[in-house]
Amino acid sequence: MKIIKNIIKFGKITPVLLGLIAFSFCGKEKPAEAESSVGSKGIGPITSVTLGALDEGMAQKGKQNFETKCSACHKFEEKVVGPALKGVTERRTPEWIMNMILNPMEMTQKDPIAQELLAEHLTQMTFQNVQESEAREILEYLRKMDKK
Amino acid sequence: MVLISLGYGCKGGAATAALASDAAKRVYVAPGEKDEVYAFLSGGFSGQMSVYGIPSTRLFKIIPVFSVFPENGYGYDEETKNMLRTTHGYVPWDDSHHIEASMTDGKQDGRWLFLNANNTPRLARIDLRSFETKEIIEIPNSAGNHASPFATENTEYLMAATRFSVPIPQASVPIENFSKGDFKGTVTMVKVDPKSGRLSLELQILVPGFDYDLSHCGKGKSHDWCFFTSYNSEQAYKMIEVGASKNDKDYILAFNWVRAKQCLDQGKASNFGGEYYRNYLPENQPAISEKLSGVKMLQPKDCPGVMYYMPTPKSPHGTDVDPTGEYIVGGGKLATVIPVHSFSKLMDVKDKPEHRSGMIMDIPILKYESTLAGEVKKPCLGPLHTEFDGKGYAYTSCFVSSEVVKWELGTWEVEQHLPAYYSVGHLSIVGGSSKDPYGKYLIALNKITKDRYLPVGMELPQSAQLYDISGGKAELLSDFPTVGEPHYSQMIPAKLLMDKAAKIYPLEENKHPYAIKNEKDARVVREGNTVRVYMTQIRSHFKPDTIEVRSGDTVFFHVTNLEQDFDIPHGFAVGGAPEMPNLLIMPGQTRTFKWKAPKPGIYPFYCTDFCSALHQEMQQYIRVLP
Ligand SMILES: [Cu+2]
Repeated sequence: MKIIKNIIKFGKITPVLLGLIAFSFCGKEKPAEAESSVGSKGIGPITSVTLGALDEGMAQKGKQNFETKCSACHKFEEKVVGPALKGVTERRTPEWIMNMILNPMEMTQKDPIAQELLAEHLTQMTFQNVQESEAREILEYLRKMDKK
Repeated sequence: MVLISLGYGCKGGAATAALASDAAKRVYVAPGEKDEVYAFLSGGFSGQMSVYGIPSTRLFKIIPVFSVFPENGYGYDEETKNMLRTTHGYVPWDDSHHIEASMTDGKQDGRWLFLNANNTPRLARIDLRSFETKEIIEIPNSAGNHASPFATENTEYLMAATRFSVPIPQASVPIENFSKGDFKGTVTMVKVDPKSGRLSLELQILVPGFDYDLSHCGKGKSHDWCFFTSYNSEQAYKMIEVGASKNDKDYILAFNWVRAKQCLDQGKASNFGGEYYRNYLPENQPAISEKLSGVKMLQPKDCPGVMYYMPTPKSPHGTDVDPTGEYIVGGGKLATVIPVHSFSKLMDVKDKPEHRSGMIMDIPILKYESTLAGEVKKPCLGPLHTEFDGKGYAYTSCFVSSEVVKWELGTWEVEQHLPAYYSVGHLSIVGGSSKDPYGKYLIALNKITKDRYLPVGMELPQSAQLYDISGGKAELLSDFPTVGEPHYSQMIPAKLLMDKAAKIYPLEENKHPYAIKNEKDARVVREGNTVRVYMTQIRSHFKPDTIEVRSGDTVFFHVTNLEQDFDIPHGFAVGGAPEMPNLLIMPGQTRTFKWKAPKPGIYPFYCTDFCSALHQEMQQYIRVLP
């Protein structure tokens, strides 16, 4: 059984995948912790991301990686294993999204939003051996999808 | 098995009464803490290898090598079943004895382990990043690959010598011709590619028909040499337990492998028959199995200086070279002394006729005293195998008297008797056969455990015992039962291996011909009566998840685990599949399950390795149509 484990001990944290992202409260009671972390950058290697105009080339690379490493669990319009991703770049900071991709285990242990998401979806988002530059490209692809 | 002279081994005190009171603390590894040493134990008749942590003696893993393994499908699936191919067909079992660790400059380098198969002569390479068997090469012109696979100082070669001499090439001759010289042995030099570890047969040398038992290669000044023990120099073929014990001395064969290679390069070896398989498992692809034929065979008469016999009392088992490369210690199972040969003396006398007592097949026999450095007198009963602590002491196991004796190199004085429980075979000290032992722990590998554990039927577990040898007096720390027979071991400091362990198979590097790297590509493809299912797994589902085939179809499930996270294998099992046990598929790996679609019905398949909170939901159906 290997649900909860501390990957931090095993050296370099490389990234992963699946953006678990969206979580809309729809007027229900909002969990206090999660609310307080709106705008949070999450926990992980990414502390600052500067977004420019959409970079089509990056988005294209991001799409390829997304399809290999994320799409088994995430669609845009509907929840599958993880949450639907439509609008994620509006709900979360770019740093949070990249940290969720790169450091999902620690995020679901410590980040209030990620903890909520785990409680809802019950499947630990997996680390998919995504490099930092690849996570940035996936972010660009998510931005592109949100601009549609 | 018979328990011989149990009382003798226990004379130091009953059971563990002598245990130091703090022994428990010294083997205690607190929850979350890690062990200091990896111990790799061969599995004897289980054909496998097991991995323990030392000092805790916790069992971490069983690595299948020469035997099929239902736990992960090794030897059953389309990728690994060819690893067990031989010229005798598919051989799903073997008797695996000696583990050798790869070395650079005589020191453990943590790259590979090698293991022999005695019964159907083979030799395997285990990769120490993945802890998986990556290559198995068959040894032709051999019957019983026992004196194997001992490595030269830089792992240039692995040696393999035959335990059961037979007619070479094989022939149906009267068995009594054994004593007439019709039976022969071979010494095989298996070359190890220094970068990839790939194995190839470079040369065989035809040797007299004795039983070659163990080997060790030199180091430092004795770099060019390997030493093989032999028993049954009588060439008895009936009642061998009596017939092979008549001579007062058998031999250690001193073999100059550098000279052998020189003779090969000078064209002195001739083409010889012999077919063999070489099976290789490339990273995340199906095993490549090649049938090869023919070897270069060297006759000692055509290569003067390549071999010498050193008489050694009596039915020697171990031949062990100390860290300096000077002393070659014999272990005469039936001897009353532990004889120690001097490499310098060997060099000095080997070509002087006055130091010879005869020749066998043009191999000079040297006089016993001419190469002798000293003898440990009356050390114990049945001295077998010696390891070194790097501090000037040697430890020898004694099978008959069930003990380990510590003695000093140079003075040949016994320092200590340590009881073992019972019938100890081989020993292992961390790095103890290298140039640079890490002389802190010693394990004794025992054949019998009567009265040590709760009885569990007629067969009791075989076991090992852990001793602390870091201080002046060695101390017994603990006992632990083992898998199969713990025949031989290499122990390696954890710091040399733990950070190198592979965590995943990167998906982008997966070159398996039937891999898919994307759920979008999951599909079922029919080619006549053959159906290929290109399937993916990720927590917690399969794609495709409902499948239809027809009764009688041959179905290949090519399953790729899309996870790229450490320690998330998924399992794959289909209800009632008669020839296939479970598969465990590592992150990023592709493995293939072949299935003959049975009579019409609905057959479930599911993930067997608990993978997430929704693991139990990781299940689907195959419909078999009429
Ligand atoms: Cu699973």
